[in-house]
Amino acid sequence: MMRHLISAADLTRDDAVLILDTAEEMARVADRPIKKLPTLRGRTVVNLFFEDSTRTRISFEAAEKRLSADVINFTAKGSSVSKGESLKDTAQTLEAMGVDAVVIRHGASGAPYTLANSGWIDAAVINAGDGTHQHPTQALLDAFTMRRRLVGRDTGLGQDLAGKRVTIVGDILHSRVARSNVDLLHTLGADVTLVAPPTLVPVGVEQWPCEVSYDLDRVLPKSDAVMMLRVQRERMNAAFFPTEREYSRRYGLDGERMARMPEHAIVMHPGPMVRGMEITAEVADSDRCTVVEQVANGVSIRMAVLYLLLGGNEPAVTHTRPTTERPAHTVLSDEEK
Amino acid sequence: MSKILIRGAQVLGGEPQDVLIDGETIAEVGTGLSAEGATVVEADGKVLLPGLVDLHTHLREPGREDSETVLTGTRAAASGGYTSVFAMANTFPVADTAGVVEQVYRLGKESGYCDVQPIGAVTVGLEGKKLAELGAMHESAAGVTVFSDDGKCVDDAVIMRRALEYVKAFGGVVAQHAQEPRLTEGAQMNEGIVSAELGLGGWPAVAEESIIARDVLLAEHVGSRVHICHLSTAGSVEIVRWAKSRGIDVTAEVTPHHLLLTDELVRSYNPVYKVNPPLRTERDVMALREALADGTIDIVATDHAPHPHEDKDCEWGAAAMGMVGLETALSVVQHTMVDTGLLTWAGVADRMAHTPARIGQADGHGRPVSAGEPANLTLVDPAYRGPVDPAGFASRSRNTPYEGRELPGRVTHTWLRGRATLVDGKLQ
Amino acid sequence: MDTHDSDVARPVLEGPDIARVLTRIAHEIVERAKGAEDVVLLGIPTRGVFLAQRLAAKLEEITGRKIPVGSLDITMYRDDLRMHPPRALARTEIPGDGIDGRLVVLVDDVLFSGRTIRAALDALNDIGRPRAVQLAVLVDRGHRELPIRADYVGKNLPTSLRETVKVQLAEEDGRDAVLLGAKPTAPAGER
Repeated sequence: MMRHLISAADLTRDDAVLILDTAEEMARVADRPIKKLPTLRGRTVVNLFFEDSTRTRISFEAAEKRLSADVINFTAKGSSVSKGESLKDTAQTLEAMGVDAVVIRHGASGAPYTLANSGWIDAAVINAGDGTHQHPTQALLDAFTMRRRLVGRDTGLGQDLAGKRVTIVGDILHSRVARSNVDLLHTLGADVTLVAPPTLVPVGVEQWPCEVSYDLDRVLPKSDAVMMLRVQRERMNAAFFPTEREYSRRYGLDGERMARMPEHAIVMHPGPMVRGMEITAEVADSDRCTVVEQVANGVSIRMAVLYLLLGGNEPAVTHTRPTTERPAHTVLSDEEK
Repeated sequence: MSKILIRGAQVLGGEPQDVLIDGETIAEVGTGLSAEGATVVEADGKVLLPGLVDLHTHLREPGREDSETVLTGTRAAASGGYTSVFAMANTFPVADTAGVVEQVYRLGKESGYCDVQPIGAVTVGLEGKKLAELGAMHESAAGVTVFSDDGKCVDDAVIMRRALEYVKAFGGVVAQHAQEPRLTEGAQMNEGIVSAELGLGGWPAVAEESIIARDVLLAEHVGSRVHICHLSTAGSVEIVRWAKSRGIDVTAEVTPHHLLLTDELVRSYNPVYKVNPPLRTERDVMALREALADGTIDIVATDHAPHPHEDKDCEWGAAAMGMVGLETALSVVQHTMVDTGLLTWAGVADRMAHTPARIGQADGHGRPVSAGEPANLTLVDPAYRGPVDPAGFASRSRNTPYEGRELPGRVTHTWLRGRATLVDGKLQ
Repeated sequence: MDTHDSDVARPVLEGPDIARVLTRIAHEIVERAKGAEDVVLLGIPTRGVFLAQRLAAKLEEITGRKIPVGSLDITMYRDDLRMHPPRALARTEIPGDGIDGRLVVLVDDVLFSGRTIRAALDALNDIGRPRAVQLAVLVDRGHRELPIRADYVGKNLPTSLRETVKVQLAEEDGRDAVLLGAKPTAPAGER
């Protein structure tokens, strides 16, 4: 049984659909006069944020509070962490306080994995974004948004995203959102295409279960959803692209490009948007853009994840990281024990 | 001094012979030897090698005595069958003056477990800007002949050129840590399929290969010799092979861990696998084995890099790079090279004793096992099989990637100029 | 409850019995709710929802008016959440006009410990403020653990704790029946 949510790649198709279906019920709570459920009463959840991320933190906090969990927010800035305390010491301090779950955001890829597997703590670990590795709840809320828009709110129940064509555009190299989405969307049966300048595509991407294109205009007419990723201006200084203007011209989404998408297709963005860079205001404010929905859906998804991991005496989500699909070079072939 | 009779040892893996040590030297090698009053070591089934020589060890003293000292590091060396180690210069303070190298040299003498030959820094403070006083270090009591900024690359082509030229005056050699710094900013592991998936900053093979290519061409141009530290990629092997075919005076080393481990292990995010240069792919590992077998790579060097527990008991990004290696090197080489049929025990003696001693000019080490030679010897039980237990290490640090892994071979005895430093696996 | 149980179980109500019982309950509701003008039926998933829909149909026959019917999932209000893995959630569907000021009739298949109804009352609390809440069940098997009783009971069925009561409905199970069986292990309760 999976106790933690570290990577979108850990989820089976059935797990993912269960989370999406559960989130659909959780979403109904938002429509009620009292937006609260007693489900996690007496459970303590720590939001352990080593990186600033107000939106992810408040989304988790809203989800935790709607499920009646006791919430502790721990932000590394100004805490003992910035005075050199290690992740291990911080984790053990929290453990001593008897927390049931740790929602962790960390700048180092793999920190949540290490926290969950180090034996430092017993609490469930939920990855709220680690370095350039994974951000599984973001991928889940994106899939949830796509299923609602492309399949249907009620008709989508129990369904995956089989055959849906999803295009992810932007800084793939530095994006945990892209990695998580590729993993989850593949699991859910969608066809993913990554579009970026070659400098922003990682070496090794050829092993990912997706296509890669450098030509946005060719891909747009064949997309049911187009996800624009934030592109930080600082990347320009490291020569990932020549100028902001050239980036927007080649890889930005404006009204003219959006018109080339099929009529039903949606535009997504994990936020925060850099208007004028990867997306124009016209697109960002259009009806086809789901940014605000994604934020609302984030709370529902996080409620679902918290409920399924913490709501019972054991988690309801199975753990089947597909190790068997990987090449077995962990130890060399002549190495037999 | 007393006499020691080693009976029935397979000298360099050959037919059983007896070896008589008298005082500091080998008195006789033959069959049916006897000597009155000699301590007899029964060596049935064991392999006798010259004491191993490690051209690349981090002893951490001065400055990081929490991870290793000259004493604990030389004890670890004796446990691993070594009689001579070259101590890298990236200490605190950096070994970039005659004073620091003499201190390390003196500590080595005092330890008595293993000869310690300090390596001098190429540039002041390892900063790559200004040549250190290479001549002064050479002329010091430590007699430094190997210079390296290891841990950092001498990336400035002019500084590298000057260093290569300058050490010719006294027959020194520059050992390059080949890592193009701009291509490895933020690097955490080998750049490839696994790094793409794990979201860890990539350390591309080309960052190593481009520096090696540049440096062999520089060495050719100025007529110097150059040594390449811890070669880790198949591409580096091809460049060195090409350079040697052109007659360039280049030597190269490979670490035991790059002969065995791959970047697939990083999937565990266990910092024990974090090392510089990083673990590469299976293809690289196979190319390195082949190159060591055919002599393209000259030697095995451990890059023994001790780190305290807290520097590895953390998230990957915060962890220190490096692995201890002195006490497992021979086992890994037996496993990857001897047991696979790629190298004979005589070949092991060449790659781990004769040639490193020649490159580093370690007098009295890496000599033939024959009468009249200094009695620097090590005795190995190749039939042994057992799991690696870091708790039993003589090193102060435990950051081994082999914990619990079953490896063949065990060093049972080590003699440093006739004095037993290790007997039946126990330090003396 | 698996098929093995139902194989050895004895039917205590058959299809026609269930239809008759529901008709009676519908009449009782109309009578006690004075024409059932402000009644909202909320079924507790899974089978309570089908029973509520059937009751609504009968009430519409009697009164000639559309009766609001919905569902109330109580999973996240259960007091035994920590004793099992999390369950998949069922649908909560509150009719459009809500429940404020109305007479809510909760509908469930079996009344046993009363804990489900306790959870349902808590859930209702978060949704609105009804004028009154009543309870209709197909079977009351006794063994209450909380001070809760039903307003409308299809059949009182005295049981021992070693027995199981299983309601089958055509919508879910392909046939209508109430089955009484024996359980080798300790009772887990139907709800």
